[in-house]
Amino acid sequence: MLTATGLTCVRGERRLFSGLDLAVAPGEWLHVQGENGAGKTSLLRMLTGLAHAAEGEIRWNGEPIKVLAEDYRRDMLFLGHHGALKEELTPLENLGLAAALDGAELAEKDALAVLWRFGLRGREELPVRFLSAGQKRRVLLARLVTRKAKLWVLDEPFTALDVKAVDMLAGLIGEHLAGGGMAVLTSHQAMPIAGCKVVKL
Amino acid sequence: MFAVVRRDLLLAMRRKSEVLTALFFFMIVVSLFPLGIGPEPALLRKIAPGVLWVAALLATMLGLQRMFAPDHADGTLEQMALSPTPLGLLVGGKIAAHWLVSGLPLVLLAPVLGLQFDLDAGALGILVVALLIGTPLLSLIGAIGAALTLGVRGGGVLLSVLVLPLYVPALIFGAGAVDAHISGLGAGGHLSLLAALLALAVFFAPWATTAALRIALE
Repeated sequence: MLTATGLTCVRGERRLFSGLDLAVAPGEWLHVQGENGAGKTSLLRMLTGLAHAAEGEIRWNGEPIKVLAEDYRRDMLFLGHHGALKEELTPLENLGLAAALDGAELAEKDALAVLWRFGLRGREELPVRFLSAGQKRRVLLARLVTRKAKLWVLDEPFTALDVKAVDMLAGLIGEHLAGGGMAVLTSHQAMPIAGCKVVKL
Repeated sequence: MFAVVRRDLLLAMRRKSEVLTALFFFMIVVSLFPLGIGPEPALLRKIAPGVLWVAALLATMLGLQRMFAPDHADGTLEQMALSPTPLGLLVGGKIAAHWLVSGLPLVLLAPVLGLQFDLDAGALGILVVALLIGTPLLSLIGAIGAALTLGVRGGGVLLSVLVLPLYVPALIFGAGAVDAHISGLGAGGHLSLLAALLALAVFFAPWATTAALRIALE
Protein backbone atom coordinates (compact mmCIF):
# COMPACT_ATOMS: atom_id res chain seq x y z
CA MET A 1 0.00 0.00 0.00
CA LEU A 2 1.27 3.41 -1.00
CA THR A 3 0.52 6.39 1.22
CA ALA A 4 1.72 9.95 1.13
CA THR A 5 1.07 12.70 3.64
CA GLY A 6 1.48 16.45 3.38
CA LEU A 7 3.36 16.43 0.08
CA THR A 8 4.56 19.81 -1.09
CA CYS A 9 6.18 20.53 -4.41
CA VAL A 10 8.18 23.68 -5.01
CA ARG A 11 9.58 24.45 -8.44
CA GLY A 12 11.84 27.47 -8.37
CA GLU A 13 9.82 30.27 -6.75
CA ARG A 14 6.46 28.64 -7.33
CA ARG A 15 4.61 26.34 -5.00
CA LEU A 16 2.86 23.85 -7.28
CA PHE A 17 0.88 22.05 -4.61
CA SER A 18 1.07 21.67 -0.87
CA GLY A 19 -0.36 19.47 1.85
CA LEU A 20 -1.32 16.73 -0.58
CA ASP A 21 -2.45 13.43 0.98
CA LEU A 22 -3.04 10.27 -0.99
CA ALA A 23 -3.36 6.54 -0.45
CA VAL A 24 -3.51 3.65 -2.89
CA ALA A 25 -4.51 0.20 -1.63
CA PRO A 26 -4.16 -3.10 -3.57
CA GLY A 27 -6.70 -3.24 -6.39
CA GLU A 28 -7.00 0.53 -6.58
CA TRP A 29 -5.58 3.02 -9.02
CA LEU A 30 -5.00 6.69 -8.67
CA HIS A 31 -5.87 9.06 -11.47
CA VAL A 32 -3.76 12.19 -11.15
CA GLN A 33 -5.53 15.05 -12.91
CA GLY A 34 -4.56 18.64 -13.45
CA GLU A 35 -3.82 21.26 -16.05
CA ASN A 36 -0.55 21.39 -17.92
CA GLY A 37 2.10 22.53 -15.50
CA ALA A 38 0.06 21.66 -12.42
CA GLY A 39 2.81 19.34 -11.19
CA LYS A 40 1.53 15.92 -12.28
CA THR A 41 4.89 14.69 -13.49
CA SER A 42 6.60 16.22 -10.46
CA LEU A 43 4.23 14.30 -8.18
CA LEU A 44 4.93 11.06 -10.03
CA ARG A 45 8.69 11.60 -9.85
CA MET A 46 8.33 12.14 -6.10
CA LEU A 47 6.37 8.93 -5.74
CA THR A 48 9.12 7.03 -7.55
CA GLY A 49 11.81 8.57 -5.37
CA LEU A 50 13.55 10.34 -8.25
CA ALA A 51 12.71 13.77 -6.86
CA HIS A 52 12.49 14.84 -3.24
CA ALA A 53 9.40 16.43 -1.80
CA ALA A 54 9.95 19.84 -0.22
CA GLU A 55 7.76 18.65 2.65
CA GLY A 56 5.86 15.49 3.44
CA GLU A 57 6.57 11.80 3.41
CA ILE A 58 5.87 8.86 1.15
CA ARG A 59 5.46 5.40 2.63
CA TRP A 60 5.28 1.99 1.02
CA ASN A 61 3.62 -0.66 3.22
CA GLY A 62 4.13 1.64 6.18
CA GLU A 63 7.87 2.19 5.67
CA PRO A 64 9.33 5.42 4.25
CA ILE A 65 10.53 4.81 0.68
CA LYS A 66 13.87 6.43 1.48
CA VAL A 67 14.53 3.69 4.02
CA LEU A 68 13.31 0.89 1.77
CA ALA A 69 15.31 2.20 -1.23
CA GLU A 70 16.12 -0.89 -3.30
CA ASP A 71 13.24 -2.98 -1.91
CA TYR A 72 10.81 -0.28 -2.99
CA ARG A 73 12.37 0.07 -6.40
CA ARG A 74 12.02 -3.68 -6.93
CA ASP A 75 8.25 -3.41 -6.31
CA MET A 76 7.77 -0.39 -8.50
CA LEU A 77 7.79 0.24 -12.24
CA PHE A 78 7.96 3.77 -13.63
CA LEU A 79 7.36 4.65 -17.25
CA GLY A 80 7.91 8.33 -17.87
CA HIS A 81 7.64 10.76 -20.75
CA HIS A 82 10.91 9.58 -22.19
CA GLY A 83 11.02 6.17 -23.73
CA ALA A 84 14.28 4.88 -22.23
CA LEU A 85 14.46 3.09 -25.57
CA LYS A 86 17.70 2.95 -27.49
CA GLU A 87 17.07 3.97 -31.09
CA GLU A 88 19.92 1.84 -32.42
CA LEU A 89 18.74 -1.37 -30.77
CA THR A 90 15.86 -3.60 -31.78
CA PRO A 91 12.69 -3.95 -29.67
CA LEU A 92 13.86 -7.41 -28.64
CA GLU A 93 17.24 -6.12 -27.43
CA ASN A 94 15.66 -3.15 -25.71
CA LEU A 95 13.31 -5.40 -23.80
CA GLY A 96 16.05 -7.87 -22.87
CA LEU A 97 18.40 -5.16 -21.64
CA ALA A 98 15.67 -3.41 -19.66
CA ALA A 99 14.96 -6.73 -17.94
CA ALA A 100 18.67 -7.24 -17.25
CA LEU A 101 18.80 -3.77 -15.72
CA ASP A 102 15.96 -4.80 -13.42
CA GLY A 103 18.03 -7.79 -12.40
CA ALA A 104 15.74 -10.31 -14.06
CA GLU A 105 16.42 -12.77 -16.85
CA LEU A 106 14.04 -12.63 -19.77
CA ALA A 107 13.97 -15.61 -22.13
CA GLU A 108 13.88 -14.61 -25.79
CA LYS A 109 10.78 -16.74 -26.29
CA ASP A 110 8.86 -14.79 -23.63
CA ALA A 111 10.05 -11.45 -24.96
CA LEU A 112 8.89 -12.38 -28.45
CA ALA A 113 5.50 -13.49 -27.15
CA VAL A 114 5.02 -10.16 -25.39
CA LEU A 115 6.05 -8.13 -28.44
CA TRP A 116 3.61 -10.11 -30.59
CA ARG A 117 0.89 -9.48 -28.07
CA PHE A 118 1.58 -5.77 -28.50
CA GLY A 119 1.21 -6.05 -32.26
CA LEU A 120 4.88 -5.82 -33.13
CA ARG A 121 5.16 -9.10 -35.02
CA GLY A 122 7.67 -8.78 -37.83
CA ARG A 123 9.34 -5.76 -36.25
CA GLU A 124 11.26 -7.48 -33.46
CA GLU A 125 14.56 -7.25 -35.31
CA LEU A 126 14.10 -3.72 -36.69
CA PRO A 127 16.04 -0.90 -34.96
CA VAL A 128 13.63 1.16 -32.89
CA ARG A 129 14.36 4.34 -34.86
CA PHE A 130 12.42 2.89 -37.80
CA LEU A 131 9.26 2.47 -35.71
CA SER A 132 6.47 5.02 -35.44
CA ALA A 133 5.84 6.97 -32.23
CA GLY A 134 2.94 4.68 -31.32
CA GLN A 135 4.97 1.55 -31.95
CA LYS A 136 7.82 2.88 -29.78
CA ARG A 137 5.28 3.44 -27.07
CA ARG A 138 4.11 -0.16 -27.46
CA VAL A 139 7.66 -1.46 -27.04
CA LEU A 140 7.89 0.57 -23.87
CA LEU A 141 4.57 -0.69 -22.54
CA ALA A 142 5.66 -4.28 -23.18
CA ARG A 143 7.74 -3.84 -20.04
CA LEU A 144 4.51 -3.78 -18.03
CA VAL A 145 4.14 -7.46 -18.85
CA THR A 146 7.77 -8.59 -18.66
CA ARG A 147 8.56 -6.84 -15.40
CA LYS A 148 6.74 -8.09 -12.34
CA ALA A 149 5.97 -5.08 -10.15
CA LYS A 150 3.23 -4.40 -7.63
CA LEU A 151 3.04 -0.68 -8.24
CA TRP A 152 2.89 0.89 -11.68
CA VAL A 153 3.62 4.58 -11.97
CA LEU A 154 2.74 5.65 -15.50
CA ASP A 155 3.09 9.16 -16.86
CA GLU A 156 0.67 9.79 -19.74
CA PRO A 157 0.64 6.13 -20.82
CA PHE A 158 -2.04 6.71 -23.46
CA THR A 159 -0.25 9.30 -25.59
CA ALA A 160 0.43 8.31 -29.19
CA LEU A 161 -1.53 5.06 -28.86
CA ASP A 162 -4.34 4.10 -31.26
CA VAL A 163 -7.82 3.10 -30.05
CA LYS A 164 -7.00 -0.61 -30.04
CA ALA A 165 -3.83 -0.12 -28.02
CA VAL A 166 -5.64 2.14 -25.54
CA ASP A 167 -8.22 -0.60 -24.95
CA MET A 168 -5.49 -3.16 -24.59
CA LEU A 169 -3.57 -1.05 -22.08
CA ALA A 170 -6.76 -0.38 -20.12
CA GLY A 171 -7.35 -4.15 -20.07
CA LEU A 172 -3.78 -4.71 -18.90
CA ILE A 173 -4.18 -2.23 -16.06
CA GLY A 174 -7.50 -3.89 -15.14
CA GLU A 175 -5.80 -7.30 -14.96
CA HIS A 176 -2.99 -5.86 -12.89
CA LEU A 177 -5.44 -4.37 -10.39
CA ALA A 178 -7.51 -7.55 -10.26
CA GLY A 179 -4.32 -9.39 -9.31
CA GLY A 180 -3.84 -7.14 -6.29
CA GLY A 181 -1.65 -4.59 -8.06
CA MET A 182 -1.70 -0.82 -7.72
CA ALA A 183 -1.29 1.92 -10.27
CA VAL A 184 -0.79 5.67 -10.30
CA LEU A 185 -1.23 7.35 -13.64
CA THR A 186 -1.70 10.71 -15.24
CA SER A 187 -4.00 11.07 -18.18
CA HIS A 188 -6.21 13.71 -19.71
CA GLN A 189 -8.73 11.07 -20.75
CA ALA A 190 -11.28 9.50 -18.42
CA MET A 191 -10.54 5.79 -18.12
CA PRO A 192 -13.28 3.26 -17.43
CA ILE A 193 -11.23 1.08 -15.10
CA ALA A 194 -12.69 -0.08 -11.78
CA GLY A 195 -11.21 1.03 -8.47
CA CYS A 196 -10.45 4.58 -9.49
CA LYS A 197 -9.49 7.30 -7.06
CA VAL A 198 -8.94 10.82 -8.29
CA VAL A 199 -6.40 13.37 -7.16
CA LYS A 200 -6.84 16.87 -8.58
CA LEU A 201 -3.84 19.16 -8.52
CA MET B 1 26.42 -4.31 -14.00
CA PHE B 2 27.54 -6.66 -16.78
CA ALA B 3 24.25 -5.98 -18.53
CA VAL B 4 25.22 -2.30 -18.70
CA VAL B 5 28.67 -3.13 -20.08
CA ARG B 6 27.12 -5.41 -22.68
CA ARG B 7 24.53 -2.80 -23.62
CA ASP B 8 27.08 -0.02 -24.05
CA LEU B 9 29.36 -2.24 -26.13
CA LEU B 10 26.42 -3.21 -28.30
CA LEU B 11 25.55 0.46 -28.78
CA ALA B 12 29.17 1.26 -29.63
CA MET B 13 29.07 -1.50 -32.25
CA ARG B 14 26.00 0.10 -33.82
CA ARG B 15 27.62 3.54 -33.78
CA LYS B 16 31.09 2.60 -34.98
CA SER B 17 31.85 6.04 -36.40
CA GLU B 18 32.07 7.64 -32.94
CA VAL B 19 34.62 5.13 -31.71
CA LEU B 20 36.66 5.23 -34.88
CA THR B 21 36.71 9.04 -34.92
CA ALA B 22 38.46 9.16 -31.55
CA LEU B 23 40.90 6.47 -32.66
CA PHE B 24 41.76 8.26 -35.91
CA PHE B 25 42.13 11.50 -34.00
CA PHE B 26 44.70 9.82 -31.76
CA MET B 27 46.59 8.40 -34.73
CA ILE B 28 46.63 11.65 -36.68
CA VAL B 29 47.65 13.89 -33.78
CA VAL B 30 50.51 11.56 -32.86
CA SER B 31 51.64 11.27 -36.49
CA LEU B 32 51.66 15.04 -37.03
CA PHE B 33 54.54 15.57 -34.61
CA PRO B 34 57.27 13.63 -36.46
CA LEU B 35 56.12 15.29 -39.68
CA GLY B 36 56.23 18.75 -38.17
CA ILE B 37 59.44 18.45 -36.16
CA GLY B 38 61.51 16.56 -38.67
CA PRO B 39 63.58 13.39 -38.52
CA GLU B 40 65.85 13.91 -35.52
CA PRO B 41 65.77 10.63 -33.60
CA ALA B 42 67.14 12.08 -30.36
CA LEU B 43 64.54 14.85 -30.20
CA LEU B 44 61.69 12.54 -31.22
CA ARG B 45 62.63 10.01 -28.53
CA LYS B 46 62.61 12.83 -26.00
CA ILE B 47 59.13 14.11 -26.85
CA ALA B 48 57.51 10.74 -27.64
CA PRO B 49 56.00 9.91 -24.20
CA GLY B 50 54.57 13.38 -23.76
CA VAL B 51 53.08 13.52 -27.23
CA LEU B 52 51.50 10.08 -26.96
CA TRP B 53 50.05 10.84 -23.55
CA VAL B 54 48.66 14.25 -24.47
CA ALA B 55 47.09 12.74 -27.60
CA ALA B 56 45.59 9.95 -25.48
CA LEU B 57 44.12 12.51 -23.04
CA LEU B 58 42.51 14.47 -25.86
CA ALA B 59 41.22 11.34 -27.59
CA THR B 60 39.56 10.18 -24.36
CA MET B 61 38.01 13.62 -23.95
CA LEU B 62 36.26 13.28 -27.31
CA GLY B 63 34.03 10.45 -26.14
CA LEU B 64 33.42 11.74 -22.62
CA GLN B 65 30.49 13.97 -23.36
CA ARG B 66 28.59 11.07 -24.88
CA MET B 67 29.08 8.98 -21.76
CA PHE B 68 25.85 9.97 -20.01
CA ALA B 69 24.21 12.56 -22.29
CA PRO B 70 22.29 10.16 -24.59
CA ASP B 71 21.11 8.10 -21.61
CA HIS B 72 20.00 11.27 -19.86
CA ALA B 73 18.11 12.49 -22.92
CA ASP B 74 16.14 9.30 -23.54
CA GLY B 75 15.31 8.50 -19.92
CA THR B 76 17.58 5.46 -19.54
CA LEU B 77 19.39 7.17 -16.71
CA GLU B 78 16.10 7.53 -14.79
CA GLN B 79 15.46 3.84 -15.22
CA MET B 80 18.98 3.09 -13.99
CA ALA B 81 18.41 5.22 -10.91
CA LEU B 82 15.17 3.28 -10.29
CA SER B 83 16.73 -0.12 -10.86
CA PRO B 84 16.99 -2.47 -7.86
CA THR B 85 20.74 -2.64 -8.57
CA PRO B 86 22.64 0.19 -6.83
CA LEU B 87 23.29 3.08 -9.23
CA GLY B 88 26.98 3.10 -8.29
CA LEU B 89 27.46 -0.38 -9.74
CA LEU B 90 25.67 0.51 -12.96
CA VAL B 91 27.78 3.65 -13.27
CA GLY B 92 30.86 1.49 -12.74
CA GLY B 93 29.65 -0.65 -15.63
CA LYS B 94 29.28 2.38 -17.86
CA ILE B 95 32.78 3.58 -16.98
CA ALA B 96 34.19 0.11 -17.72
CA ALA B 97 32.43 0.10 -21.09
CA HIS B 98 33.78 3.58 -21.84
CA TRP B 99 37.31 2.36 -21.17
CA LEU B 100 36.86 -0.77 -23.31
CA VAL B 101 35.62 1.35 -26.20
CA SER B 102 37.85 4.41 -26.01
CA GLY B 103 40.79 3.51 -23.73
CA LEU B 104 41.82 -0.02 -24.63
CA PRO B 105 42.17 0.68 -28.40
CA LEU B 106 44.58 3.51 -27.57
CA VAL B 107 46.70 1.15 -25.48
CA LEU B 108 46.84 -1.36 -28.33
CA LEU B 109 47.63 1.30 -30.92
CA ALA B 110 50.30 3.13 -28.89
CA PRO B 111 53.26 0.76 -29.57
CA VAL B 112 52.70 0.99 -33.32
CA LEU B 113 52.60 4.78 -33.18
CA GLY B 114 55.57 4.80 -30.82
CA LEU B 115 57.71 3.28 -33.59
CA GLN B 116 57.47 6.59 -35.43
CA PHE B 117 59.39 8.17 -32.56
CA ASP B 118 62.23 5.64 -32.65
CA LEU B 119 61.38 4.19 -29.22
CA ASP B 120 63.06 0.87 -28.47
CA ALA B 121 61.20 -2.27 -27.38
CA GLY B 122 61.77 -1.66 -23.67
CA ALA B 123 60.41 1.88 -23.80
CA LEU B 124 57.43 0.76 -25.87
CA GLY B 125 56.69 -1.92 -23.23
CA ILE B 126 56.74 0.67 -20.45
CA LEU B 127 54.55 2.97 -22.55
CA VAL B 128 51.94 0.23 -22.97
CA VAL B 129 51.97 -0.64 -19.28
CA ALA B 130 51.69 3.03 -18.29
CA LEU B 131 48.77 3.53 -20.67
CA LEU B 132 47.13 0.32 -19.46
CA ILE B 133 47.15 1.69 -15.90
CA GLY B 134 46.53 5.28 -16.94
CA THR B 135 43.64 5.08 -19.41
CA PRO B 136 41.14 3.56 -16.90
CA LEU B 137 42.12 6.45 -14.64
CA LEU B 138 41.23 8.87 -17.43
CA SER B 139 37.82 7.22 -17.90
CA LEU B 140 37.13 7.29 -14.16
CA ILE B 141 38.06 10.95 -13.67
CA GLY B 142 36.31 11.88 -16.90
CA ALA B 143 33.09 10.25 -15.71
CA ILE B 144 32.90 12.67 -12.78
CA GLY B 145 33.26 15.61 -15.14
CA ALA B 146 30.74 14.17 -17.59
CA ALA B 147 28.20 13.68 -14.80
CA LEU B 148 28.75 17.18 -13.39
CA THR B 149 28.28 18.89 -16.76
CA LEU B 150 25.23 16.80 -17.67
CA GLY B 151 22.44 18.99 -19.01
CA VAL B 152 24.55 22.14 -18.86
CA ARG B 153 24.50 24.28 -21.98
CA GLY B 154 27.93 24.39 -23.62
CA GLY B 155 28.87 21.43 -21.48
CA GLY B 156 31.53 20.24 -23.92
CA VAL B 157 33.91 23.15 -23.37
CA LEU B 158 33.18 23.23 -19.66
CA LEU B 159 33.94 19.53 -19.48
CA SER B 160 37.40 20.05 -21.01
CA VAL B 161 38.17 22.92 -18.66
CA LEU B 162 37.01 20.85 -15.70
CA VAL B 163 38.60 17.52 -16.53
CA LEU B 164 41.92 18.35 -18.24
CA PRO B 165 43.51 19.86 -15.09
CA LEU B 166 42.50 16.72 -13.19
CA TYR B 167 44.34 14.66 -15.80
CA VAL B 168 47.64 16.38 -14.95
CA PRO B 169 48.84 13.80 -12.37
CA ALA B 170 48.12 10.94 -14.77
CA LEU B 171 50.02 12.78 -17.49
CA ILE B 172 53.02 13.52 -15.27
CA PHE B 173 53.44 9.99 -13.94
CA GLY B 174 52.44 8.28 -17.19
CA ALA B 175 54.79 10.20 -19.45
CA GLY B 176 57.37 10.31 -16.66
CA ALA B 177 57.49 6.51 -16.49
CA VAL B 178 58.71 6.23 -20.07
CA ASP B 179 61.16 9.14 -19.62
CA ALA B 180 62.56 7.54 -16.49
CA HIS B 181 63.04 4.25 -18.30
CA ILE B 182 64.82 5.92 -21.22
CA SER B 183 67.16 7.83 -18.91
CA GLY B 184 67.93 4.57 -17.08
CA LEU B 185 66.27 5.39 -13.75
CA GLY B 186 63.69 2.63 -13.92
CA ALA B 187 59.97 3.20 -14.29
CA GLY B 188 58.85 1.32 -11.16
CA GLY B 189 58.22 4.37 -8.99
CA HIS B 190 56.16 6.21 -11.56
CA LEU B 191 54.08 3.15 -12.38
CA SER B 192 53.42 2.47 -8.70
CA LEU B 193 52.20 6.01 -8.18
CA LEU B 194 50.01 5.75 -11.27
CA ALA B 195 48.56 2.48 -9.97
CA ALA B 196 47.94 4.09 -6.58
CA LEU B 197 46.02 6.89 -8.30
CA LEU B 198 44.01 4.29 -10.18
CA ALA B 199 43.17 2.41 -6.99
CA LEU B 200 41.99 5.63 -5.40
CA ALA B 201 39.91 6.55 -8.44
CA VAL B 202 38.30 3.09 -8.69
CA PHE B 203 37.09 3.59 -5.16
CA PHE B 204 35.95 7.21 -5.28
CA ALA B 205 35.07 8.06 -8.88
CA PRO B 206 31.93 5.89 -9.24
CA TRP B 207 30.68 7.25 -5.94
CA ALA B 208 31.28 10.87 -6.92
CA THR B 209 29.80 10.27 -10.37
CA THR B 210 26.66 8.73 -8.87
CA ALA B 211 26.21 11.71 -6.56
CA ALA B 212 26.55 14.11 -9.51
CA LEU B 213 24.10 12.07 -11.58
CA ARG B 214 21.50 12.14 -8.81
CA ILE B 215 21.71 15.92 -8.76
CA ALA B 216 21.31 16.05 -12.55
CA LEU B 217 18.24 13.81 -12.32
CA GLU B 218 16.36 15.92 -9.77
